[in-house]
Amino acid sequence: MSYRNDPYDPKQAALLSPESLSEAVQSAEDAFGAASDLDALGALKPAHLGDRSPVSLARREIGSLPPAAKSDAGKRVNEARQAIQAAFDSRSAALEVEQAARVLVEERVDVTLPWDRRPRGARHPITTLMEHMGDLFAGMGYDVVEGPELELEWANFDALNIGPDNPVRGSMDTFYVDLPGLVMRTHTSPGQVRTMLTRQPPIYVVCPGRVYRSDELDATHSPVFHQIEGLVVDEGITMAHLRGTLDHFAKAMFGPDARTRWRPHYFPFTEPSAEFDVWFAQHRDGPRWVEWGGCGMVNPRVLVACGIDPDKYSGFAFGMGVDRTLMFRNGVGDMRDLVEGDARFTVNFGMEV
Amino acid sequence: MKTSLSWLRDYVSLPAGLSAEELDNALTNLGMEVESIVDQAATVKGDLVVGRVLTIEELTGFKKPIRFCTVDVGKDAPQEIVCGARNFAEGDLVVVILPGGELPGGFQIGARKTYGRNSNGMICSAAELGLSGDHSGIIVLPSGTPGEDARPIVGLDDVVVEVEITPDRGYEMSLRGLARELSYAFDAAYTDPAQIDAPSGTTDVPFAVSVEDTVGCDRFSARVVRGIDPNAPSPVWMQRRLVAAGIRAISLPVDITNYLMLELGQPMHVFDLNRISGGLVVRRSRSGEKLTTLDGVARVLDAEDMVICDDTGPISLAAVMGGETSEWQPDTVDVLLEAAHWDPIMVGRTARRHKLFSEAAKRWERGVDPSLTLVALERAVQILTAHAGGTVDERVLDLDHRGLPGPILLDPALPTQRIGVPYPASDVVDLLSRIGCQVSGVNPLEVIAPSWRPDLVAGIDLVEEVARLGGYNNIPSILPPARGGAGITAAQRRRRSVGRALAENGYVEVWTYPFLSAGLADALGYAVDDPRRSAVRLTNPLSEEEPLLRTSLLAPLLGTLKRNLGRGLRDLALYEIGTVFLPGRSSTPPPAMGVDRRPNDADWAAANMFVPAQPWHLAAVLTGEIAPSGWWGPGRTATWADAIEAARIALSAAGITDSRITVAAGELAPWHPGRCAAIAVDGTVIGHAGELHPAVVSALELPKRTVAMELDLTAIPAAPVVQGIRISTFPPALIDVALVLDVAVPAAEVEAALAAGAGELLESVALFDVYESDQLGEGKRSLAYKLTFRAPDRTLTSEEALAARDAAVTAVATRFGATLRGA
Repeated sequence: MSYRNDPYDPKQAALLSPESLSEAVQSAEDAFGAASDLDALGALKPAHLGDRSPVSLARREIGSLPPAAKSDAGKRVNEARQAIQAAFDSRSAALEVEQAARVLVEERVDVTLPWDRRPRGARHPITTLMEHMGDLFAGMGYDVVEGPELELEWANFDALNIGPDNPVRGSMDTFYVDLPGLVMRTHTSPGQVRTMLTRQPPIYVVCPGRVYRSDELDATHSPVFHQIEGLVVDEGITMAHLRGTLDHFAKAMFGPDARTRWRPHYFPFTEPSAEFDVWFAQHRDGPRWVEWGGCGMVNPRVLVACGIDPDKYSGFAFGMGVDRTLMFRNGVGDMRDLVEGDARFTVNFGMEV
Repeated sequence: MKTSLSWLRDYVSLPAGLSAEELDNALTNLGMEVESIVDQAATVKGDLVVGRVLTIEELTGFKKPIRFCTVDVGKDAPQEIVCGARNFAEGDLVVVILPGGELPGGFQIGARKTYGRNSNGMICSAAELGLSGDHSGIIVLPSGTPGEDARPIVGLDDVVVEVEITPDRGYEMSLRGLARELSYAFDAAYTDPAQIDAPSGTTDVPFAVSVEDTVGCDRFSARVVRGIDPNAPSPVWMQRRLVAAGIRAISLPVDITNYLMLELGQPMHVFDLNRISGGLVVRRSRSGEKLTTLDGVARVLDAEDMVICDDTGPISLAAVMGGETSEWQPDTVDVLLEAAHWDPIMVGRTARRHKLFSEAAKRWERGVDPSLTLVALERAVQILTAHAGGTVDERVLDLDHRGLPGPILLDPALPTQRIGVPYPASDVVDLLSRIGCQVSGVNPLEVIAPSWRPDLVAGIDLVEEVARLGGYNNIPSILPPARGGAGITAAQRRRRSVGRALAENGYVEVWTYPFLSAGLADALGYAVDDPRRSAVRLTNPLSEEEPLLRTSLLAPLLGTLKRNLGRGLRDLALYEIGTVFLPGRSSTPPPAMGVDRRPNDADWAAANMFVPAQPWHLAAVLTGEIAPSGWWGPGRTATWADAIEAARIALSAAGITDSRITVAAGELAPWHPGRCAAIAVDGTVIGHAGELHPAVVSALELPKRTVAMELDLTAIPAAPVVQGIRISTFPPALIDVALVLDVAVPAAEVEAALAAGAGELLESVALFDVYESDQLGEGKRSLAYKLTFRAPDRTLTSEEALAARDAAVTAVATRFGATLRGA
């Protein structure tokens, strides 16, 4: 390799021969093809494309050729060099693809490993069911109202036509407190009273909330439970409107097959009054009628006590148990699960009911 | 109300092949709740036959006397049966259930060896057949042929119906009323058992009675029968009907009054004429008067109770229960039969006061037809004399002070307007006439309700009858037009957002009863003057242990935490959103408010001032790991800081930005005094968070270092309409500063001072290191912050950023004497 400065060495001119160039190309292609990775390929590059590679040395010898031969030789050297470069590029690209694929393989992880480093919480199904019910009525144009749980006896009973001697009053298992004239509300109906005292018709409201009866806790009773009450007072309201509303609500809650069946009943605050069942096709024990709630046309006496003209306006009211609805809709078998606050019960429901 | 179908058929021509389901539907659609319909023939399965006792062999050597009998049951050979009862003799006709049969309650009868003999079947008592609670012995039949089906003979061929009557329809608590109702359902012919000729009151009375209070007793009628046979038994048919109705047969006179109460709905009373001293006086009781009622209870009477008195004083608690002294006795031969009409409100109060909900009281409270007294007496006299002889006094007492109810005026269009089904006026008249109303006039209709319907007082009551008979399920289903609403309120939306935010951050919602024990205030370490000690008390709590209404959500929530721990859960983050009850807004009890008009605004406001404030609170409790350990490494135990963060999560969800929230050291039970944060919004404290006081943890037996948070959601100001900000697209300048300060300087205040000093270019401050060491000096610590500066309109120069940094540091230095670490 000491011939660099000796342009007249005939041996060197031999590098320009087509055979030599062809051999250089072949040698490079073989070497590149044998390179197993990009690093090995890179290490081979100087030997075949570097300053001291055969093609580079050959190019240097062009100057020693007679003028007539220069053009031809230059062309040959260029072609050889391009061929070697192409071989390098091609191998390099192939190795890059190979390497990228290998990295992906090497970086494989077990995606089934758990990663619950921040467990999710959950909302109580009574909360979410009451919200769901409220939203369905909000969609029908109702307002969602509330009232106090420790309520005026007048609003819980008297204004609802449940006078002191009404037998119903005795059967309501009321919690009384050490403050005169107050009770734990036995139903969400005082919400009706409060609404009518503070608004003029048209009134379209639902009142979801917690209610109290002095029943011992067992599989189907709880001294604290939840109701949702609906009240509409407007001109020309009929029982047909009540039925339409309940049927619509039933379908929204339970699907297109749901409908209601009415049974005449007695409530002091409605006349006529009915209890209603809902056709619940998804019941865990098979499709059936399920007792759902009570309803009726607002008793004119209630309207009068709340300052609404019973000759101009009529209205309907209805109410159903939220806990009871949850129990049959979601297959909850025991009331105690709703009230004991076991985190597992809530977690099972997640964020929606 | 319980009765047999055969009895109902006496008054209403029900379809012959009426199924239990059809009957159930009819009663349900009439507004009665069907408790049960029992086909008695099916309650005893297999062969139940008449048998004649042929021989009786007394077996001895057992604990009790046992008989080995042979009984002719119509087969070739006599049946051998072992029997423990003794009230029968050879030749008697008895009821035998043969092997393979089954008695009520699933008691299967087989052939078996007992007391050393073969026993093929059983000789039955009434109790064993489910006919009555009378265990006095096996049934001996008056007549019958061995081998024939015994069911019809003992009354096991009937269907027993039990329904629950709504409180407004007292008339349905009688065969008369039930049959009338069923006649509507089946469009069947009806015979009113009260449609009989009964003699009217006579001027000359059979017995001296004076009614002093005609409000409590607006009608008092009586008849006298003398010389009855005191030993005459009640006819079997009457006994059977009483037993089917669940009433024990006692004696002929008493059975007659019970029978007629069921038949007509008129409660009655039988006095032994010879045990009454002088005449009868019907009046209110005098306070403190005493009476021993038939149940043997000595009662102190109230001035509101009505009593029937003779010369000795009260002898009967009117309308509710008779007294011991004047009652029919087994040797009674002369009777005074009384049928009166009592004020339903008075009876209801008396029944509740004395906790005496007799069959009579139940009917009075719901309303009894006042026109029945003379009919009931006539029926009683007829049945009594037919079975026990005696001489009827022709004189009839009838002190009638009834007021006649006026007509109800009804717009014939009202049913259509309220029900939403077109009812022509003629249909309205027809339907009302069917239920016994007398209808006259055209518009308005003048409707006189039948005497048995005291519940019909207003037009809307008549509308209900039209709807009911027209069929509730024929009412169309029409949605009312939407009138536009506001949906849920801001407060409701806030509670949802808060709950959802906490749940998404790992908290689990529970709800608790708001009932607390009085001792909890001490366990929670409330100061003597802590307002949370002032709680509303239930006067009739389910548990005397827990009579108070919660003034804090934490108290019951900690109980729920414990229950979860008791069930083996370890890592818990629970929350509850609920109301607390805070008395003390006003000490003036609510004014009396009537129902004949709207209460005036002043009364309504005063009444509501007396209602304790019931704000919505949010509470959360944590114990164990908030971030669990796992294959990734160790977890993280919840600390005081997580409780404070829970408050921040809630406030953020409530639309309160960090800049409005102040967290400062606080001191309030039940928190650890050194690890309690007072959380304020716009400077007003709305709750506390941190670690519970070790004494509280110990008193409540909670895991050490349990942490908790409680906020008054109602006190959080309404969230403002959020204003947009301009987003700078220029690059930020990041500068870290480490400040050395006294450890007592709260980090929150350092951060606030940095922010104030840095000025508008500051985009954010983040504390990334808290460091204490001896090198810093006693009582010192280093707080390291990353400050991010950015300008809205240009790329900051390093000089600008450093100047802002220096201003921030200067502010902290000036205020708290901080030095720049390493400076």
